Amino acid sequence: MSAPQTSGAPRRGRPLSPHISIYRMSRYSLLSSIGNRFAGLLLSLGLALLLAWLVCLASGARVYTTALSVLASVPLKILYALLALAFAYHLAAGVRHLIWDTGHGLSRQQSRRSAGWVFAIALLVTAVVLWRALLGGAGPR
Amino acid sequence: MSWRSALGRVEGYGASKEGVGHWWTQRLTSVALIVLGCWFLVALLALPGLDYATVAAWVRGGWTAPILILFVGVAAWHSQLGVRVVIEDYVHDVGTRTLALALACFAHVLLAALGAFAVLRVAFGSAA
Repeated sequence: MSAPQTSGAPRRGRPLSPHISIYRMSRYSLLSSIGNRFAGLLLSLGLALLLAWLVCLASGARVYTTALSVLASVPLKILYALLALAFAYHLAAGVRHLIWDTGHGLSRQQSRRSAGWVFAIALLVTAVVLWRALLGGAGPR
Repeated sequence: MSWRSALGRVEGYGASKEGVGHWWTQRLTSVALIVLGCWFLVALLALPGLDYATVAAWVRGGWTAPILILFVGVAAWHSQLGVRVVIEDYVHDVGTRTLALALACFAHVLLAALGAFAVLRVAFGSAA
């Protein structure tokens, strides 16, 4: 595995941390890992959207009401649903990481099982949030 | 009186714990965001509507404003740490990467500052 040349300085055969090509990951643990990164990036986008919402709110009732026609449009509603999924997934996968950090659940079998739990919890939380948003009081109508 | 050079004496002691700074901050912010993120989601879902009057009343009421500012700030911090790693992993050209890291950093600080200002503006009622 040759590392990409990342700096102008000459490399002096420095040790590299193990790279992707060295691992043989099972489908689920690979998916659970890259999924967490992807969900995190999506949530960063969601944060920008949250800021836009707050700035519109701070701009007064007229601006907010005008902006709501965009913020409550169908494409953005689909994005909110995706953001709910990303939040639930990032939350569950993040807790899994925190448990790993304590030194528990690191064996291959445990990690495979916890990947399944992460998917299940993420889907369940998303389902509850969407159900509440669509049928309950408020939500992005 | 030691014969060892100053460099020889400090070598081998590691990097004064600075190396885990990114990792540790990421963990701290993630723990805070478990609470703050769930609070935001539940609070949003509990609102009877998303019209101006309802949302503004929510931001003005109780302890919403400070917690909301904390949420935006910590989320921006955590996001910056994550986006930074992604840029470092996938952008290999030094110039482009440095520029991307700087822009991501500026964007996140701007986001946190604007978010806090917007919440305060609503909370103190200076928005019409």
